[in-house]
Amino acid sequence: MLGKTAGGLYWMFRFLERCENTARLVEAGFRIALTRSNDPASEWKSVVTTAGARSNYDAKYDTYEAAYVVDFLLRDPANPSSVLSAVEKARTNARMVRTALTTEVWEAVNEGWMGLKQTLKSPVKETDLPAVLGEIRRHSALVRGALHGTMLRNDIFDFTQMGIALERADNTARIIDVKYYTLLPSASFVGSALDNVQWETILRSVSAHRSFRWLNDENMTPASVADFLILDPRFPRSLSFCSRILEESLGFLAKDYGTRLTCHDMISAQRDRLRGHTIATVFDEGLHQFITAFIDDINAIGQQIEKDYRFIG
Amino acid sequence: MDLERRHFDEMLLGSDGVRAPYAEYQKWFANEDPTRLSKKSKEAEAFFRRTGITFNVYGQAEAQERLIPFDLIPRIIANREWTKLSKGIKQRVVAINAFLHDIYHRQEILRAGIVPTELISRNEAFLPQMIGLTPPGKVYTHIVGTDLVRTGEDDFYVLEDNARTPSGVSYMLENRETMLQMFPELFSQIKVQRVSDYPKNLRRSLAACAPQGCSGKPTVAILTPGIHNSAYFEHSFLADQMGVELVEGHDLMVVDGHIAMRTTRGYKNIDVLYRRVDDDYLDPLNFNPDSMLGVPGIMDVYRAGNITIANAPGTGIADDKAIYSYMPDIIEFYTGEKAILKNVETWRCSEPDSLAYVLEHLEELVVKEVHGSGAYGMLVGPAASKKELSSFAAKLRKNPGNYIAQPTLSLSTVPIFAKKGLAPRHVDLRPFALVSPEGIDIAPGGLTRVALKAGSLVVNSSQGGGTKDTWVLED
Repeated sequence: MLGKTAGGLYWMFRFLERCENTARLVEAGFRIALTRSNDPASEWKSVVTTAGARSNYDAKYDTYEAAYVVDFLLRDPANPSSVLSAVEKARTNARMVRTALTTEVWEAVNEGWMGLKQTLKSPVKETDLPAVLGEIRRHSALVRGALHGTMLRNDIFDFTQMGIALERADNTARIIDVKYYTLLPSASFVGSALDNVQWETILRSVSAHRSFRWLNDENMTPASVADFLILDPRFPRSLSFCSRILEESLGFLAKDYGTRLTCHDMISAQRDRLRGHTIATVFDEGLHQFITAFIDDINAIGQQIEKDYRFIG
Repeated sequence: MDLERRHFDEMLLGSDGVRAPYAEYQKWFANEDPTRLSKKSKEAEAFFRRTGITFNVYGQAEAQERLIPFDLIPRIIANREWTKLSKGIKQRVVAINAFLHDIYHRQEILRAGIVPTELISRNEAFLPQMIGLTPPGKVYTHIVGTDLVRTGEDDFYVLEDNARTPSGVSYMLENRETMLQMFPELFSQIKVQRVSDYPKNLRRSLAACAPQGCSGKPTVAILTPGIHNSAYFEHSFLADQMGVELVEGHDLMVVDGHIAMRTTRGYKNIDVLYRRVDDDYLDPLNFNPDSMLGVPGIMDVYRAGNITIANAPGTGIADDKAIYSYMPDIIEFYTGEKAILKNVETWRCSEPDSLAYVLEHLEELVVKEVHGSGAYGMLVGPAASKKELSSFAAKLRKNPGNYIAQPTLSLSTVPIFAKKGLAPRHVDLRPFALVSPEGIDIAPGGLTRVALKAGSLVVNSSQGGGTKDTWVLED
């Protein structure tokens, strides 16, 4: 496979994952604003921060108003991570790697792009927001479904999985990072109403509020939420889960190609570090420090993959 | 309607009948509900969009990707007609390859005084870098798309020999797929020759042209300028259908005297490069130094005989519009036979007598730039305003050598499916020929382009033309 094609696949799925994650963030922010249980502006601000769009946003707006933030995150071309920008980039990458995709995957990407371009042509009204967010998530789900249902399990597939896993790990880590202070045990004792809303928002922004309940009793504690997001091997957006997928996909590649590269050593080391932790040791190390180190690790692995598999010349 | 009657219609005869090749189709069509057909037509458009069968339009920031309109009435050619056409195309393709070899070697045809020397030596399409170089298998034009027009029952003319990088073959294939999906019953009733083998044949034909030193199965790749190129869909479509890599210049590098592509496992040699990049952009070291699209040093690898470039650089000299007028003589010179397919009468404006004639009859003629393509910079005399005519005359006087003129042909029409029923529109035809040492293979069919505006003679997709599925009947 061409190095460029591997890169195109990887980025195509990173961008698709990003669309979905952004839609979730907006959804969680919107909900908080509706329940009026907290200061909405600061909530929207942390949404923008989590989306990694602070500097671009601040260059354009002075205040964190729902309408501005929603517009900026969903459809502003000035925001390279807006849903519209990401859908466009995913589709451009898909065109570039068209020969590596099944017709089903390509058509899912292309049709979704046509639909969302239309939907996001003008500002989204508040009444339409839930439907629009639904459409964004459906787009992602359709492409992923086509991918799983029709693609060969070969190197092509491995690169798509690595893109998804890296983007998702990065996203969950940033959610935790922005809100880490609300998860510190020292900052509260169990159960103030405000804390509950905060934790619930975090869980909602990774669509995990219900799965969390199924796995835990009604006692939401910062440690249990953090444990779930970081270490739970069952939750498909936890850091542990994403890093396992990454290790697995890289392992398939190493076997397929018969060569272990630097990125393989890096992911093994990262997996070892994660395995050595319980939520208690994470808090001992310092949640913020832990998350920062995790994000750095993941980014370094991503860059090493690009180098090892010759995405660019 | 009276105005249209002057033209030969390939389907409709007089008030009710149809020409023989359309007899079976007409039976089917007569029983079809126009509402159902309208619906099918819309479905086809949605299908093209969804599949991404689009072309890019230069210089339009918004809506960059456009559909080429597809018309659901097929263009039907009888087997007898096709046999003659394909014989004529083969003859031309043989002559073109012989001409190219001669022009870049002994230049017998110039010595014989059949083609004027200055037409070659002063021609930008002539590449001095190709002098003395023989491409693998002696094939220059691996893929040729001959543009044909028809004016009557037995009157086919060659309008252009596209010997550089003819495009449009993906539409030949996708149009047929679309028709098969929309009207499967038609194909069980009417025996239409298959075109779907084209990608397989293309790959085989290209592989057969691999350099001599290539051992084992040749690695074929397509070189595209990238996703912003107007024909990108076709490039990726063909790569996909052939099962070969689609590369860009920055994927390639000269490694140990070979052209190699950067893969996830290191560099891998390419033996045959089907390039969809123009000569000028192919090699910044040997041609345009600003090109980002090509591969630095590819010409040196080519000279060393380590890669096949399809089509060979410098083939443009054979489809140059000024050379075109000499084609009947060129064919006779190399094949010893009279040309089977007719040439359109052509005035070379570089010649003073011709220029005078052209200027005098501008309103009747079609004037083209010698090196132009895609109908850019073309004048259709009968359709031009007084102002357009006089400003074009000025251009002509200033640089006559840049133009040729031809009579405005009364192009045949084939009906399109319009809102008010069948409406005749002008068409042309581009069949595709594959050339290798194993022989010449012509896909039975081709790209039929159709002018969608009533009376218009310009069929180019860049100027709003559409396409039709082209059927060659089995008997």
